[in-house]
Amino acid sequence: MPDILLMVSVFVISFIVGYLLISSVPARLHTPLMSLTNAISAVTILGGILLFATETTTAEKLLGASAIALAAFNVVGGFTITDRMVKMFHRKQPNS
Amino acid sequence: MDTRWHLVIDLVIIVIFFVAMGQFRTPRGARRGNITAAFALLCAMIVVLSRNTLQGPAIVILAMATGSVVGWLVAMRVGMIQIPAMVAFQHGAGGIAAFLISYVELTRNQTDLGVVGQISGILGIIIGAVTFSGSMVASAKLAGIVRQTPTLLQKHNNILATLLLSLAAFGFVASNTTGATLLCASLGLIGLSILLGIIFAMRIGGADMPVLISFLNATAGIAASFCGIVIQNRLLIACGATVAASGSILTHVMCAAMNRSLFNVLIAADLKPATAALADTKNIEASLPSFSIEETTESPAQAPLDRAVEAARNAQKVIMIPGYGMALAHAQFEVVEIAILLKKQGKEVQFAIHPIAGRMPGHMHVLLAEAEADPDILFDLPEINPQFQETDLVLIVGACDVVNPAAITTEGTPISGMPILAAHEAKHVLVCNLDARPGYSGVDNPLYLNPKTILMLGDAKTTLNNLLQALG
Repeated sequence: MPDILLMVSVFVISFIVGYLLISSVPARLHTPLMSLTNAISAVTILGGILLFATETTTAEKLLGASAIALAAFNVVGGFTITDRMVKMFHRKQPNS
Repeated sequence: MDTRWHLVIDLVIIVIFFVAMGQFRTPRGARRGNITAAFALLCAMIVVLSRNTLQGPAIVILAMATGSVVGWLVAMRVGMIQIPAMVAFQHGAGGIAAFLISYVELTRNQTDLGVVGQISGILGIIIGAVTFSGSMVASAKLAGIVRQTPTLLQKHNNILATLLLSLAAFGFVASNTTGATLLCASLGLIGLSILLGIIFAMRIGGADMPVLISFLNATAGIAASFCGIVIQNRLLIACGATVAASGSILTHVMCAAMNRSLFNVLIAADLKPATAALADTKNIEASLPSFSIEETTESPAQAPLDRAVEAARNAQKVIMIPGYGMALAHAQFEVVEIAILLKKQGKEVQFAIHPIAGRMPGHMHVLLAEAEADPDILFDLPEINPQFQETDLVLIVGACDVVNPAAITTEGTPISGMPILAAHEAKHVLVCNLDARPGYSGVDNPLYLNPKTILMLGDAKTTLNNLLQALG
């Protein structure tokens, strides 16, 4: 039971801290922000890896591998796009 | 003792994630923040791998490598206009991962999950699957594979309600059984949730996409959190919660920018104006006699161009308002070129950016950054609005609803009460839109009929190039 309490408090505290931090992100960074949080939400890749921590059937292996591949796609894609975008934002302005 | 250390390490990683979010204030900080977050996720993976012995590590590595390579290749190739479609697609990928993991955990060892774990597993499946199919519909619409107009079924809301009730029933069954029945109930949950996501997303049209995509951002986070509760992993819960917070903020910002509630956008949207738009178009085109003549004859709108050049020459203070039409015409480079040219001629040039311009929050900023616009002259609605009164020329490129004065003057339209950019207060308004039709809302724009407005209709890229030549 204390585990449940811990998990709920982790959720609530993270939500509040996240909310406070993200509230001050300026509008011009909202697209990169969403792209970044999108990559972070693929932290489910950890869950996919953990599926393989115990004995698995073939079907479970297949589903787990799909989950890992999709989450990896999401993680790498998300961080890469975010980096491409924010790089554009602060590159030198030759014209101004 | 061991678990205490685990807790400390987990908390440190969570704090690194928070540091990453905290760096997202300036573009330079954002890049550091992105790298910090990637580092935190890498740490989290190392921690998980070090704590568990994997059964079949080869499969894990293969799956990870495949996903990463494909993700990287796609991310390097995608253009800035396709970012919303890409982000929506990735929300979908995250949704699938969340519901697959919840499903496997739920069906294989429900005995030691406990009530909370079971309920979380069921919710993880539902929210993950809805996020998946909803995102796929959104992505297809944004990529232009499916029409962007809302698709409304007969008794749409009844269908949604029926699906929700069936989900509740299946969820109840799934939480009370084991073995084969549980397997069937879970599969039923997945199927129904996917259907729910499709039906829920199909009615949301182009201009409401920023709300939908932000909402799916939040649900992807919530799905990850529930997934974390099932597998009892604090990192997943914390990250999911942070993402949910971010998605909620963006959803709220987008709804506030349209002066509509989330419920109104997602469920109760009044779709009448979309059909009424056709009749309205005739009205406004009838009152624009020159428009149809210019369209049919070969000569490119000579008089409007002359007027535009004159207005631009005499202007001291110019504000440019880009909209999604600019993105569709790929005219952001021409827009920035004009801004630079006018600035060189000694004029004060600013950009006014409405929060819902584009197809996702902040989309216009990314497009203008791609065209290397000076970030110091980009302004958001509250900062720029008081300045329109003293502005000589407003240049609107591919924007309609966000500058429609009917939002202030007319009651009872879908955009009534929506904060708009006060372009109508400027001395001259130059509109470079494809046509004089109403925007997505279907509400006629009285600005087009205003004598101080110069309409240069047609493809914005061509129009702006003509203007550039005439001014240069």
